[in-house]
Amino acid sequence: MAETNLLSPKPDFVLYGGDIAQLGLKEEIDHGLELLSPLRYKTYHALGEHDYYLDLGEYWERRIGPQYYSFDHKGVHFVVLNSILTHDDWINKWPTPMDRMMTMAGLDNPEGSPFMVGDKQREWLRRDLAKVAKTTPLVVLSHSPLQKIFRNWNFWTEDAEQVQALLAPFERVSVLYGHVHQIQYNQIGNISFNSAMATAWPWPYPETYAQAPSHLPVLTVPMNRADPFQERDATGWQFVDIHSGRVALNYSLNDNGNRVVAYNAATGQPEDQGFQPADARIPPQTHY
Amino acid sequence: MKFRLSIGAMALLVAGVPLANPPLGLPPVPVPADNPQTPEKIALGERIFHDKRLSATGEVGCVSCHDPAMAFTDSPKRVSVGVNGLTGTRNAPTVVNAAYMKSQFWDGREPSLETQSHQPFVNPVEGGLENHAPLLAVVRSDPDYAAAFQRVYGKAGEQITMTEIGQAIASFERTLIAGNSPFDRYHYGGDPRALNDQERRGFDLYLNKARCVSCHVIEQDQALFTDNAFHNVGVGINQIQDEIPPLASAFLEAKRRGADVDKTVLTDPKASELGRFAVTDDISTVGAFKTPTLRNVARTAPYMHDGSLDTLREVVIHYNLGGKSQESDRVNPYLSGGIRPLDLSEPEIDDLVAFLEALTSPEFAATTATTTSPTGDEDHEPSTVTAQLPEAGERDRSDRPAAAEPGAVELRQPESGLHFRLPLGFPHPTHQGD
Ligand code: HEC
Ligand code: HEC
Ligand SMILES: [Fe+2]
Repeated sequence: MAETNLLSPKPDFVLYGGDIAQLGLKEEIDHGLELLSPLRYKTYHALGEHDYYLDLGEYWERRIGPQYYSFDHKGVHFVVLNSILTHDDWINKWPTPMDRMMTMAGLDNPEGSPFMVGDKQREWLRRDLAKVAKTTPLVVLSHSPLQKIFRNWNFWTEDAEQVQALLAPFERVSVLYGHVHQIQYNQIGNISFNSAMATAWPWPYPETYAQAPSHLPVLTVPMNRADPFQERDATGWQFVDIHSGRVALNYSLNDNGNRVVAYNAATGQPEDQGFQPADARIPPQTHY
Repeated sequence: MKFRLSIGAMALLVAGVPLANPPLGLPPVPVPADNPQTPEKIALGERIFHDKRLSATGEVGCVSCHDPAMAFTDSPKRVSVGVNGLTGTRNAPTVVNAAYMKSQFWDGREPSLETQSHQPFVNPVEGGLENHAPLLAVVRSDPDYAAAFQRVYGKAGEQITMTEIGQAIASFERTLIAGNSPFDRYHYGGDPRALNDQERRGFDLYLNKARCVSCHVIEQDQALFTDNAFHNVGVGINQIQDEIPPLASAFLEAKRRGADVDKTVLTDPKASELGRFAVTDDISTVGAFKTPTLRNVARTAPYMHDGSLDTLREVVIHYNLGGKSQESDRVNPYLSGGIRPLDLSEPEIDDLVAFLEALTSPEFAATTATTTSPTGDEDHEPSTVTAQLPEAGERDRSDRPAAAEPGAVELRQPESGLHFRLPLGFPHPTHQGD
């Protein structure tokens, strides 16, 4: 927060990508908002599964606001979605709200359920976008990626294709999402996808680095981290420059090198400004 | 039978000669390929280091603030005093072992020893010269200097520039190396008696509960006591934390308009507190300073970049409070994540201080030539004297190896009165890549 307040030029507002709480508890949401309180900017929030699955977003709504909404700013149309909903029968099957919350908070849990935007909200989105010119730059903020990456960890939105279809008619669309705690970027049609870093819960070190067995799913590529003694390494946040109508993310990565991922108009996709060429990449660590 | 060498308050560093084998606890000195060590160049650098003529008043040289008798600092001054009694904003770090640092100055604004020395001559609160021209005029015309530059570089007149001067000073500084402290003899030298019980408890705290080692690094075969990184540990900035946002933008604005970082941070006390940010413009480095070495720290009070803490005990209390010097202070929001309250008890604080006092190299261990050694008791009891001030509380190290190494001769250099120890038959310098 303190660092964000020092930004120059000043940002117009802050987007918070969700998961302000761990287990949806009131005191966690209060504590998170207290931590955010020094921010000197208007803040727009997205809802994460850790905020939601205890009381289905009731306290979050009371403290923060509606679960999905849109607004216009300097010629850009912003949409904030609740992308972490799931099937009603799953929601209703738990003996207690905390059982439900604990299940959704875990990874690789076969009892879990995939995230989705859902019919009702997609219909709202369709009507919201109907009012917007196709030439208007569109930015969508959601907690989970509105694309399908890895289902076991809900790096995934079950109805991603249907949401993408609603966004497809627009000339310039950028989807920003949280949840994954790592830098991801992708292009599907005219839609750019960029993830936010997280300020807490760094990904674990690769097994070779930690010198201990890893319990990451086999599909997961461990994150390269500079130095195991830096506790803030692999956390960070980003300044998003949207001047061109496309996003450029300037990642501030604590105890590590900063990175920039920006849309390249020539290639029509987001690209890392340092590591994009294959020979500029750091190979995954395979030894200590 | 015990004996104790009484050593004058003079450096007994292996100065003036290329260093072949690093002392216990230190790696070989990195020497850049384009500035190899030679005895003549080292001697020239030493001479410049001691030459007070090369300042606006003829009264300030490197040695004024990096005094061999004070472990190459200006202890006990809080901040350094330059020409005409002008004071800067920062405490002079030791030059001893600076050769191992990956960047120079508290904020790392100079990348090498070769370039670092260009600054003090022309800083308004240090050497006070307008520019380097008067200094170059002296070294180009002085017959002794002219002969030395000719010998070392084969250069004369206009060919002598700040590059040659910086190289010579750097070569001299690469001989200011000191290890072989009681800690080194205990940890690397296999002498279990080199640390007493209290110091050993302090060492354990240093590695574990107090977590000092995460920044002041000790490795398997060497200890530089620094990670060469920059951290905000809550010194100086706590008091002005609410002013940081306007200060930071004013500084960036001034820098865009061409303000000199070296001059600004040493003359403007508030800009000084911006730390590494002043160099990188990176907001994650506000109030961050370079982790200093802890070698010989008992000899270099006061402490921290602003000299605001008088004793090692105050330093440990600052860490114990989680990055603030007084209970009533408020920690600053840019504080390093590695700084948390430590919950050390009073005896544990004493133990940790005792450990820090065991990092003194033999060259700096003695007090004055007149010190008489206590006789008799060599038992290594925990000292009841904590070093409150640099002068106070000299420990009895009578049962420890004496300062001199076998096979060394002591020379007195007539000019400066400094003692130098020349290891017999020192071989040619070794050059490591950087
Ligand atoms: C007026 C006192 C003064 C004079 C004169 C002076 N210094 Fe310093 N020196 C300092 C201070 C204060 C610092 C720390 C400044 C900072 O970090 O911003 C410093 C820092 C250094 C460092 C960096 C050490 C480290 O660990 O980062 C070196 C090396 C050094 N001085 C060498 C020299 C040399 C060589 C000269 C002569 C050319 C010199 N100094 C003249 C006060 C002085
Ligand atoms: C997060 C990294 C970090 C940790 C952990 C840390 N230090 Fe430091 N230490 C620093 C930095 C950076 C400075 C310089 C700070 C400044 O001047 O603003 C410093 C300065 C010092 C100094 C002053 C040295 C001098 O020459 O002025 C002493 C003594 C010291 N630390 C001892 C300790 C002890 C003892 C511990 C464990 C209790 C410890 N440090 C833990 C980073 C750290
Ligand atoms: Fe999440």
